[in-house]
Amino acid sequence: MGIEEKLPSGFLLTSVEAAAGWVRKASLFPATFGLACCAIEMMTTGAGRYDLARFGMEVFRGSPRQADLMIVAGRVSQKMAPVLRQVYDQMPNPKWVISMGVCASSGGMFNNYAIVQGVDHIVPVDIYLPGCPPRPEMLLDAILKLHDKIQHEKLGVNRRRAEEEAEQLALHATPTSEMRGLLR
Amino acid sequence: MSDESSEKSILGPAAGFGVTFKAMFKKRLTEQYPEYKKPTAPRFHGRHQLNRHPDGLEKCIGCELCAWACPADAIYVEGADNRDDERYSPGERYGAVYQINYARCILCGLCIEACPTRALTMTNEYELADSSRQDLIFTKEQLLVGLTEGMVDSPHAIFPDADEGAYYRGEIKGAAPGTVQQEKHAHDKEAQS
Repeated sequence: MGIEEKLPSGFLLTSVEAAAGWVRKASLFPATFGLACCAIEMMTTGAGRYDLARFGMEVFRGSPRQADLMIVAGRVSQKMAPVLRQVYDQMPNPKWVISMGVCASSGGMFNNYAIVQGVDHIVPVDIYLPGCPPRPEMLLDAILKLHDKIQHEKLGVNRRRAEEEAEQLALHATPTSEMRGLLR
Repeated sequence: MSDESSEKSILGPAAGFGVTFKAMFKKRLTEQYPEYKKPTAPRFHGRHQLNRHPDGLEKCIGCELCAWACPADAIYVEGADNRDDERYSPGERYGAVYQINYARCILCGLCIEACPTRALTMTNEYELADSSRQDLIFTKEQLLVGLTEGMVDSPHAIFPDADEGAYYRGEIKGAAPGTVQQEKHAHDKEAQS
């Protein structure tokens, strides 16, 4: 990403991680991706009553180039899917995604051919937020959980190591088709 | 243009600041969410809970009516037969497996309306966000309500000389003295997975 990649591992990197995490979480810029009724709750969250400005993120960016958080609010239809992916690709790294509402998380009650069954088929999702639509407090809760995640994100060598570990875990995980039991 | 309107145009920019100034004395509307959680409406549709009879036996009879009523197919139930050495509910059957997928559940409350024994109700808890879809599937252990005074955790024997009807008529006020929890056997399918 930048200078933090060149830093030596150990004490210095850990403190840089903490500082970078704090700075990143304190000024998230959400890209608007309101698709349905969840967008109304998202707008309410940004307005005076719930006031996202308290967490340094009241400006919903119309342009993905200035945003680093995408809140996918609403059901994603098959036609909207490539658009969503393009907006995500246009956002600069580091970037995060919240899938707001059950429709974005899994398709919700729209289990049919027109709706993408979960936005994680298209973009990597960091926080899934259930609710139909989730009340503004629920969205704030999801955002605070994301803040916590960003705060503990790793950089440089540590990041590469964590990624390798995650890859190894994923390679050795039991495939869903071979799973037995209730969560199959 | 009259004199009045030209006067307005001079004061115009200042009048705008007046609105801002007056707003400083207004009561603040913002809710301080994470620090102060405003209580929801008492009948707010939040996360579900599975209730118990006053003696700790489960109310769920595994009839799957909630799963049938669910418009989003978010509920999965498997019923099983109660046995004398392993009794979860007063009647014949109990819900051996109970899962609600919160990535699908729209919190509409149709399952609550469908439940014949008031086993399934909703709480006011709404903080459900999580970082994986698998963690959003709540199992029976997570949904089952905690034990209160006079309850013994299921499975345990039915109240002595009482039948199923006594439970529904409200004649059972708590667990009989000396009630102990029975051993959970292999047909506890939740444990097998």
